[in-house]
Amino acid sequence: MGEAGRPTAKPPARPTTLPGPAQHNAHGKKSKVVTITSGKGGVGKTTTTANLGVALARLGKKVVLIDADIGLRNLDVVMGLENRIVYDLVDIIEGRCKLRQALIKHKAFPDLYLIPAAQTRDKTAVTPADMVQLTDQLREEFDFILIDCPAGIERGFRNAIAPADMVLIVTNPEVSAVRDADRIIGLIEAENKGPGQLILNRVKADMVRRGEMLSPDDVVDILAIKIIGIVPEDENVIPASNSGVPVSLNENSRAGAAFRNIARRLNGEEVPITPLDGGGNILQRFVRFLVGSDSQ
Amino acid sequence: MSGFLDRLLGRGKGSGATAKQRLQFILVHDRINLSPERMEEMKREILAVISKYVNVDDDHVDIALQQGNQRGSVLVAEVPFTKAVEGIERDDPEILSSLDETVPKRDAASGASRPEADEQRDD
Ligand SMILES: Nc1ncnc2c1ncn2[C@@H]1O[C@H](COP(=O)(O)OP(=O)(O)OP(=O)(O)O)[C@@H](O)[C@H]1O
Ligand SMILES: [Mg+2]
Repeated sequence: MGEAGRPTAKPPARPTTLPGPAQHNAHGKKSKVVTITSGKGGVGKTTTTANLGVALARLGKKVVLIDADIGLRNLDVVMGLENRIVYDLVDIIEGRCKLRQALIKHKAFPDLYLIPAAQTRDKTAVTPADMVQLTDQLREEFDFILIDCPAGIERGFRNAIAPADMVLIVTNPEVSAVRDADRIIGLIEAENKGPGQLILNRVKADMVRRGEMLSPDDVVDILAIKIIGIVPEDENVIPASNSGVPVSLNENSRAGAAFRNIARRLNGEEVPITPLDGGGNILQRFVRFLVGSDSQ
Repeated sequence: MSGFLDRLLGRGKGSGATAKQRLQFILVHDRINLSPERMEEMKREILAVISKYVNVDDDHVDIALQQGNQRGSVLVAEVPFTKAVEGIERDDPEILSSLDETVPKRDAASGASRPEADEQRDD
């Protein structure tokens, strides 16, 4: 991708064999396939998928999460659904079960479902075409289909973005994570799934303020891509995944609030992205107020 | 003064700025998707073309990639040269070398335009 500029946002041409408006669900509403990807591993894709799923369900949406990280199943654990698994993604694709049998319903949210990854297979058990076909069936019933993409740019990545209407790129304010995000953005554009939107995760406001961490503005500047959310580093995230209750259910968690806001944006609401809120000592805030410089 | 203000505002010039600079350099090369050898080849060819018309000061040539608008890249070339070789069509080596002597380097201003890629982006 050496060319300047970027293709303008247009709905990707989706190869579908189904007759009729597959994009509309049972209620005649548009369903959306959203893939959560990153390039670099460990930046927060699974955490994001789980939290957006729960937050969208709380907004009254019918949601299914697909764990596309075959061989490294994780989303079930973060969602607290690991002991309910009977069938998985590969079972559906290879016809060993009906789609409905592999949908695990969440205990607290009757409109939230999970399709777990196979743990004993590898990514070649699924093709991009399989994913398109599967999501076309799911579109009939769900408002949101969220796909948790594996790290890397290989087959698992291609499977996960093949059916996407929208791609969310998760990154951290750190050189190697941003570099990999840039590579992913290029690949997404090359597949006509662009331009994608950015989630900047694990931002430490105090470090940004001291100039020791890339700011959200820096990252947006560098990647030249629209940002849909800024998620702070938050100590509540690990206890949340320890207990299998995503942090967006914790009303006191700042990361939880950030995820809830992203969910509302995905749902079409206008929710302004707050800059890293205030912080600093009183004097610093006061001086920033006086100077009118609060862009951080 | 501005350093003092920065400190008062709690904004340091720390490693974050370094990270940004390094990333901009890395990405501009990642994005162009051209191997270092091909890049060198391109620079050599560009210089060869320019050298057909002017006497290039090889030691001070600077051709480099910079981040452009959006996700594009800009090739910025600074190519100092001594005065254009007017008699070049005549293919007369003696005229060429005499021109070299009559045009002292420091007077012969030079260079290509240098688009300020950074400024374009700060909108
Ligand atoms: N905002 C946050 N604050 C604190 N910890 C976080 C935050 N986001 C993610 N983490 C932690 O980072 C780790 C990696 O997160 P996660 O598993 O979601 O990443 P991933 O991108 O899915 O990884 P992989 O590439 O291996 O699939 C987890 O331990 C998670 O709890
Ligand atoms: Mg994961």
